[in-house]
Amino acid sequence: MQVSEIIEYPRQFCTLAAQQTIVAIDRAIPILHAGPGCSSKIFGGASFSSGYQGSGYVGGSAIPCTNTTERDVVFGGEERLREVIDGALKVMDGDFFVVLTGCTSDIVGDDVAQVVSEFTNRDVPIAYAETGGFKGNSYNGHELVLESIINQTIEDAGERIEGLVNIWSVVPYQDPFWDGNLQAIKRLLEGIGLKANILFGEKSGGFKSWKQIPSAQFNLVISPWVGVKIAELLESKFGTPWLQYPSIPIGAVETSKFLKAVGRFANIDEKIVDEYIKEQESSYYYYLEKAADFLLEFRYGLPGRFFNIADSFYTIGISKFLANDLSLLPGHQFITDEAPNEYRSLIEEQLLKLAPGVSTEVSFIADGGKIHEKLRQYGNRYSPLIIGGTWDSDLAKELDGYHLSISLPITDRLILNRHYVGYDGGLRLTEDIYSSILQSYQ
Amino acid sequence: MTINLLNEDLQIRENRLGSITGYHGSAKDLSNCSRKSVLNDRERSFTQCSSCSSGTAICQLAMIQDAVVINHAPLGCSGDFPEFNFINRTGQIKRKMKLKNVRLISTNLREKDMIYGGNEKLEKTIKEAYERYNPKAIFVTTSCGSGIIGDDVNGAVEKAESELGIPIVPIFCEGFRSKIWATGFDAAYHGILKKIVKPPKNKSNNIINIINFWGDDYFSNLFEKLGLIPNYIVPFTTITQLEKLSEAAATIQVCSTLGTYFSTALEQEFGVPEVKSPPPYGILGTDIWLRELGNIVGKEKEVEELIISEKQRIEEELQDLRNKLKGKKAFVAAGAVHGHSIISVLKELGIQVAGACTWHHDPILDNRDETSDSLKHVVDTYGDIQLTVCNKQSFEMVNLLNRVEPDIFIVRHSGMSIWGAKLGIPTMLIGDEQFGLGYQGIINYGQKIYDMITNSSYVKNLSKYTKLPYTKWWLEQDPFYFLGGNAGE
Repeated sequence: MQVSEIIEYPRQFCTLAAQQTIVAIDRAIPILHAGPGCSSKIFGGASFSSGYQGSGYVGGSAIPCTNTTERDVVFGGEERLREVIDGALKVMDGDFFVVLTGCTSDIVGDDVAQVVSEFTNRDVPIAYAETGGFKGNSYNGHELVLESIINQTIEDAGERIEGLVNIWSVVPYQDPFWDGNLQAIKRLLEGIGLKANILFGEKSGGFKSWKQIPSAQFNLVISPWVGVKIAELLESKFGTPWLQYPSIPIGAVETSKFLKAVGRFANIDEKIVDEYIKEQESSYYYYLEKAADFLLEFRYGLPGRFFNIADSFYTIGISKFLANDLSLLPGHQFITDEAPNEYRSLIEEQLLKLAPGVSTEVSFIADGGKIHEKLRQYGNRYSPLIIGGTWDSDLAKELDGYHLSISLPITDRLILNRHYVGYDGGLRLTEDIYSSILQSYQ
Repeated sequence: MTINLLNEDLQIRENRLGSITGYHGSAKDLSNCSRKSVLNDRERSFTQCSSCSSGTAICQLAMIQDAVVINHAPLGCSGDFPEFNFINRTGQIKRKMKLKNVRLISTNLREKDMIYGGNEKLEKTIKEAYERYNPKAIFVTTSCGSGIIGDDVNGAVEKAESELGIPIVPIFCEGFRSKIWATGFDAAYHGILKKIVKPPKNKSNNIINIINFWGDDYFSNLFEKLGLIPNYIVPFTTITQLEKLSEAAATIQVCSTLGTYFSTALEQEFGVPEVKSPPPYGILGTDIWLRELGNIVGKEKEVEELIISEKQRIEEELQDLRNKLKGKKAFVAAGAVHGHSIISVLKELGIQVAGACTWHHDPILDNRDETSDSLKHVVDTYGDIQLTVCNKQSFEMVNLLNRVEPDIFIVRHSGMSIWGAKLGIPTMLIGDEQFGLGYQGIINYGQKIYDMITNSSYVKNLSKYTKLPYTKWWLEQDPFYFLGGNAGE
């Protein structure tokens, strides 16, 4: 286990942020066995301050919670948990319940498995995960709860559906654009004849789609590291093959590569894939061409180097896009998601060969104070484009640079279904980056 | 005596004031029981997520402009950092201060720290915070995690303090210790009083401490006529400013749920008189409050003139609003005393208060003073209403709202407005506690409510398409189905 840093300007929260993973599953109800403030702090940080994403069906102040008191710490909180699960089953209108523990329960050592088993024995659709905040960050929490749900509730009915693909990609809410991104992935895969089981968000099918997981033809991990463990688990449980595409595809160059890789893996007729790519690229470049007059003729300064301060998903995805599609040059990339050591060489490799002849320096740092200190060393000689979170806007000004918030926390933008994945995602990102630059001249 | 600054920790509100989080019945009964000290808390078997003292402690400390706050906790406890940053920045813009991020640092406690203890990391973080910011003071807020594993926060703080030579202030605000998150305000003030505020050198006769959150400056205008200067505390202050709180002529508070401990302690320990009155909301409350203030600072005559001229100024507009809002009914959900304040303002506007829900109830305040009893003031002045005490239990609130069907839902706490919207009820969040203050506040409220009722298309449309996460069974039950025990003896 890596030694954890102290963190200024946090860009993710603790394992209990897994509550947002549950909120993202339609009609799934999280039940927290945690202190009174945990849930609302997580909601505030991971949802409200992530582009003002709302409560959803059962997030925010609706989440059942035991609200640990001193009594529960001293005498144990199992009876309280039993009571709250019992109440939640009566009050909350859901298809599936997931108990998540916080620091208090995990330190005290409540036997949550035992309490939950009393309900599973009564055929209540319920699972649990021990997500005490000290165990890790939001990304770890997301994986922990996925693992728990799969291990505790998903059974193989023996059926296999040709063309059905489970998607393990961006982390709901932690990626402020998750809802739109997952829909975009779904559309892309539909474009080459696959049916994506996106598992989270709008029209994803709720718990029913989770039950279909074993029936998929393959698992697709569109991520540098989050979800790899899940694909491995599903392979060992259900024998499902899996493909990892280590960056989220943004813009034409990467999206076309992505579709080809998926097409090959799924044995889809190359012609179908090529045709879809051709059609998409044609409309992509129609619009990108519109930007050329501005991009080539704007006289008042455009960024000299780009610096990402984001998780590995976005740092890789955006770096590839800016280098390949817009010919921008990278400065230094800061990866903030505390990616485990075993995945770091894969991440670095992605950033070393961004585009022919273009590579970038990369640091794995979660402490924003240190990141800012390092960025200051570059000074203002590059007119830096800083793509990070709201924490970074002052620094961009200080360095005579430009700034766009794309990673949590985002309190300077409202996000509904905007997405950056895919062909149109690349166009959106282009619009957003340059609109923000133009805004800085106002 | 409930306040003892020699204690490292402070007594939580349940023990200090007998505060509760569960009640349903008449406001009059609650008020009567409160003053007779016969109030029992009623616990709920089913609960939804509440809030904790860590958040309220940090909300008072994070915006002290030349201090740093260290959150000695796992990373999830810093979920509120980005929101405090937003508040800090908007506040800086309004106050024409230099724009900068909040200075909040998490010790990011992990499994290893839980096993071996987090002290070493805390010491390291304090030094790092000092090097990064060269602050005038450092506050260390604790968490459930650091509390249960028994980190010696006092030890770490004392060691660092002797090395660095600035006040380093431990704030004990573990979430599990109190069901009443307002205890976190007290914890922050306890630390400030213990280690920052100094004995007075020069007593002022016109500076008035105003305990508040981060609302707009509504006082300067009012005070100008009395020759007084507002000193807003604690957000957006500096350590030097806080050191001199003892020199003020008086302390007032926009909400005694917030300031009870602080204002009482400032009087008890440093002789700064606390203005003891109902909150300055609604006409009568404002009258009493202004007269008490005038009495303390020797401006009785000026106050009487001000009361007359202010009432005349709003008279016509108030009548117009009363006509426009005739027959409307409201439901209120807010922190204890601010909830009572909102009820006063609504009553002045002639709006029927069809129900109210306060997040907790303090039967008494630290000053033990009866004129400061805001609930008694409401009941005596405006009559009885139905009142619920619930610590943000939205399932109860939704059940109630669904029955009451008010014309407007008034909320003071983020995260609760969505329930009004889902039910198609025009919903108004009170973001600025000073908005409804004084005579002008009644007008401010009336206009805003009228605007909200005039065009409610957004929530009306939404309600047709959104679903409540509650079962049909629940919406048909008595809203207090899960509330056990008895209110009184």
